[in-house]
Amino acid sequence: MTIEELEQIALSVRQENAKYDYELNVCMDLACASQGAEKLKDALVKAAEAGAKRVLVRRTGCMGPCSHGPLVRIDPDETLYSRVQAEDAYRIVASLGGALAAGLECDLHEHFDSQVRVVLENAGYIDPEKIDDYIARDGYKALLTVLTEMTPNGVTHRITESGLRGRGGGGYPTGLKWGTVAKAAGNQKYVVCNGDEGDPGAFMDRSVMEGDPHRVIEGMAIAAYAVGANKGFIYVRAEYPVAVSRLTTAIREARRRGLLGNNICNTVFNFDVEIRLGAGAFVCGEETALIASIEGKRGTPRTRPPYPAASGLWGKPTLINNVETFANIAPIVRNGGKWFHDMGSERSKGTKVFALTGKIANTGLVEVPMGIKLREIIEKIGGGVPEGHTFKAVQTGGPSGGCIPAEMLDVGVSYDALLKMGSIMGSGGMIVMDDTSCMVNVARFFVEFCMTESCGKCIPCRAGTAQMHTLLTKISNGTGTLEDLELLEDLCSTVKEASLCGLGQTAPNPVLSTLKYFRHEYIEHIIEKRCRAGVCAMEISAEVTA
Amino acid sequence: MSVDTDVKTLVIDEQEVSARSGQTILEVARENDINIPTLCHLEGLSDIGACRLCLVEIKGSNKLLPACVATVQEGMEVSTDTERLRKHRRTVLELLFAERNHVCSVCVSNGRCELQSMAQEQGITHIRFPYRHAAYSVDASHERFTADHNRCILCLRCVRACAEVEGAHVWDVMGRGIDCLLITDLHEEWGRSTCTRCGKCVQVCPTGALFDKSKIGSDHPKYPDFLPFLNLMREAQ
Repeated sequence: MTIEELEQIALSVRQENAKYDYELNVCMDLACASQGAEKLKDALVKAAEAGAKRVLVRRTGCMGPCSHGPLVRIDPDETLYSRVQAEDAYRIVASLGGALAAGLECDLHEHFDSQVRVVLENAGYIDPEKIDDYIARDGYKALLTVLTEMTPNGVTHRITESGLRGRGGGGYPTGLKWGTVAKAAGNQKYVVCNGDEGDPGAFMDRSVMEGDPHRVIEGMAIAAYAVGANKGFIYVRAEYPVAVSRLTTAIREARRRGLLGNNICNTVFNFDVEIRLGAGAFVCGEETALIASIEGKRGTPRTRPPYPAASGLWGKPTLINNVETFANIAPIVRNGGKWFHDMGSERSKGTKVFALTGKIANTGLVEVPMGIKLREIIEKIGGGVPEGHTFKAVQTGGPSGGCIPAEMLDVGVSYDALLKMGSIMGSGGMIVMDDTSCMVNVARFFVEFCMTESCGKCIPCRAGTAQMHTLLTKISNGTGTLEDLELLEDLCSTVKEASLCGLGQTAPNPVLSTLKYFRHEYIEHIIEKRCRAGVCAMEISAEVTA
Repeated sequence: MSVDTDVKTLVIDEQEVSARSGQTILEVARENDINIPTLCHLEGLSDIGACRLCLVEIKGSNKLLPACVATVQEGMEVSTDTERLRKHRRTVLELLFAERNHVCSVCVSNGRCELQSMAQEQGITHIRFPYRHAAYSVDASHERFTADHNRCILCLRCVRACAEVEGAHVWDVMGRGIDCLLITDLHEEWGRSTCTRCGKCVQVCPTGALFDKSKIGSDHPKYPDFLPFLNLMREAQ
């Protein structure tokens, strides 16, 4: 495969698409599929065949606003129809070129206008199982350009220049990591893509892997060229069967086209990718546990240093990046580091995909420039909390993150700002809570998650999270005391500082952040035996009955 | 000068010490009679940094490092006994005592138990956390030994001794988090497992979780010190 051949493919796809008057893009991501998108697509195909106009019906990955699904977008008009059912198919096809189909149109301009799509640029525009669709949208162009025109150092330099930081949550500078692996001694190096997304309420990586799998593979191949690796692994959790099957197809197609394998683009560069499935352990998202899991061992973390960049898979230098990080690579290479660097805030560059969930009108995937105010994400893009309720807090970063109260919503989203507020960027889950959520209960939920997901290797995490859960249960059912609260805070500091890996070190964050901003709720549970949200059932204490 | 003989100098608890490159902080501290408490560490076995008792402070870093796996760096200043560390050590020990049933008065290892001595050394007089009252079974199926999981602290010494020294890898862990449990083979009874009956796991067990049946009700000393010698003899061969 050469650049000329690539352009030939892109051209023929565009010519083929130009034969149609209209394109009906049907979102077939999990949320839409569960509401009948499959049947809808079949009905649209049938209706299109019966109609007079030439219509292309295409299934696509996630378009974003999941709560409005099933979604259909009509191009070239860019009309978006929401909550479409199979019965509406004939009506939609008949309305093409005329007035909009009544009752289906939705106004999500405010939702889309503040977004900047880099990672999700193809979401809703390509069929994830067709490599040619990806190539037609400049896919693999970055890889072939890199192989024929750039040195490995040049690639790393461009990534460094872009200011991209790891999107898995840690925010480690990607260019620095690549440079470290590139400089590490050894002939055998590996590139690993971390797709073990496990935070409750986070589904960014799943959508990218399902909706645009080639983007991840291209990013990995570019990384492999930059660091000198010839073998890559994508570690996906087994709970994402669609992602696994899409990636499998994508790898097969890429091999067939000569974009993976030996002598890619007639150069000396060899690279191939294999998929490894996670077995349902959240801790395997931690890089050293992930490595142990790929090696076939029990998925437990080990102490760093040595970092995987020096000693990773089978002791070899290994580059581990998150799905979203790899998804950013091709656009950075295509458009230059400066283009990416110009987006975002001072120390957090580019865009970030968030999974908006909870008590909010437009749940789904959004991609926003870094530095955007939380208020804008929640009120403008997310459409605010449903009527009749008031916003209470937004939880970012999953079980390792914290709850941010209403008075801090005007802070711009960046790695450092979130850390300062007692939360973290995390992989990008954003759970909005209103006055029906009890913050003690929220903290208890996340601690329970960490307790059941702890690998059990180190004592502070194994026994500490269990004791935190016991204390929080006591407080939430009204049997807790102020001494319990004091003990809980004391325990949090040990679990945070003494745990072996990131899971334990961040497990107290939901407790500490709710204690920081919603301490009064804890006190109410303890002193007044009252849960203002009405979530916690109080056990009648001995004194009351006596 | 080769890398192996590269000498580092550092400060541990305000005492200047020298070390070979690649040595762990724990090794160097013990060579210089500086005590760092440990439970999961045992000379002769690989280190896993799991018990977190050997955490030390390094000047200039907010992160605590496990001395058993952290290697020495030139000029590093290590503190092994600060108020912050003592607090974490006590909490970790309290968590252990509350996790399973460590009732010294009815334990074969009473007076010989590393957990018990450690608690005394760290000045633990009571446990602040609610006891979890674990109810694990006792595996007495083996003709010579018994495993009482209620006394296990999951230090994994037995797992490592069996896999690394005996080469049998009969012991391993199942489950995760608070539900972790030591198992023999694929959760067979110990007596029906592929155990070679060498008894190394019993000798390295720091508590009364693994014990010799013939010692029930009597003094049960354990001799884990044989491991470094055994390794030395094997290397010599």
